[in-house]
Amino acid sequence: MKTIGVLAFQGGVIEHVKKIEELGAKPQLVKKKEDLKSLDGLILPGGESTTIGKFLIETGLKDQILSLIYEGMSVWGTCAGAILLSKNIKNQGSGVLPVLNIVIERNAYGSQLDSFKKEVFVPRFNIATECIFIRAPRIVEVAEGVEVLAELETPIAVLQKNILATTFHPELTSQNYWHSFFVENVVK
Amino acid sequence: MSEIVNERYELNKNLAQMLKGGVIMDVTSPKEAEIAEKAGAVAVMALQKVPADLRKEGKVARMADPKIILEIKSAVSIPVMAKVRIGHFVEAQILEALGIDYIDESEVLTPADEEHHIDKWKFKAAFVCGARDLGEALRRIQEGASMIRTKGEAGTGNVVEAVRHLRRINKQISYAASLNEDELYAYAKELGVSYELLKKTAELKRLPVVNFAAGGIATPADAALMMQLGADGVFVGSGIFKSKNPEKRARAIVMATTYYNDPKILAEISYDLGEEMEGIDLRNLSEHELLQFRGN
Repeated sequence: MKTIGVLAFQGGVIEHVKKIEELGAKPQLVKKKEDLKSLDGLILPGGESTTIGKFLIETGLKDQILSLIYEGMSVWGTCAGAILLSKNIKNQGSGVLPVLNIVIERNAYGSQLDSFKKEVFVPRFNIATECIFIRAPRIVEVAEGVEVLAELETPIAVLQKNILATTFHPELTSQNYWHSFFVENVVK
Repeated sequence: MSEIVNERYELNKNLAQMLKGGVIMDVTSPKEAEIAEKAGAVAVMALQKVPADLRKEGKVARMADPKIILEIKSAVSIPVMAKVRIGHFVEAQILEALGIDYIDESEVLTPADEEHHIDKWKFKAAFVCGARDLGEALRRIQEGASMIRTKGEAGTGNVVEAVRHLRRINKQISYAASLNEDELYAYAKELGVSYELLKKTAELKRLPVVNFAAGGIATPADAALMMQLGADGVFVGSGIFKSKNPEKRARAIVMATTYYNDPKILAEISYDLGEEMEGIDLRNLSEHELLQFRGN
């Protein structure tokens, strides 16, 4: 059985945990260094990227997670998590875990009044999935080696080897496509 | 309820879900907002004055000037909330026009309407409302609140009422969950809420929206206490900016909200925080001085 960690400082943690359980994998809350032992994959949930980033740095989890990603551990960032993984945040330097070759813009759609839900076709799944954007970021540039899995004018889901990022929240829907893709295809 | 209204409501509940495990701090200036963001707050509440000062002055307290709200909004990248008076739907319209992320229909400000809360279904903006018990919480949700906070007693630095309100709500939910259908109908009537909403709450064994603790939280231990009692996160008001070292205390309260069940870490972060906010023993306040009884 695969063990999937969920970074649990703050944000939409329990929603991811439930999805992992539904897929028959084992969730592991990650708040301390010892929680990172023997993970097959790690999810960085939505929440506030500034808050989560601060915890990553102060607890020292940042360096340990980076080494694990370099060693091949699969990681998936949803919304705030995608910001943390980005090498370039528009006008704000880089994410705390800068491994993904994209440029991302925070709160790119506006305030909560501009949050929205939309069905988007995903060629890889050959189906439209429900995408929920909450004060979402926007991927504005994608470098070579980054595969775009879904688009809504700009890329909203990208894959770079063992690194998956979505600017929306699959954990808030009743569907399991994205979690199942991560657990079965991205996590080796 | 139309599909569009329903979808908007779900999106507003979703934003609250993303705030879980976090701390929302009252701020009255861009500078305080920056301190809050730097300390790791997940959102700030833009106010003209913090509850402790509102309490002292005893004047009519209203929605903050849009100038302050917009200055705070441009100072931080985290969500910004702001308070309106209970029942003051025009203040809420103004906040919606300003593009605020969350509106707090709050008993901390002077109520504008003693009988009616705002009909929150008429708004696209998200609303958080205070509650002291399950009936109050579910009535606010029926009116369209997509987040609840326990009221506590704001501006006192005394956590006793926040504890009372959270324990009461938990106890009432357990009680509802133990009832059969007939009894549940009677209990819904007693609470003054719809049967469907009470039934849903009993099934979930929790409120159907995110519930943060508020009112009197002043120390990291207070924040952890509320989390261990089952809050989804905490609001901190005067407790921070009425203490000697707001930066350090704010940071410590954020840490305590995440590591709430780790006494060793809590001991470390509580160490040498400097002078705390002066507390008020609630037995020294008369009933008309208590804010929690505003709005039902």
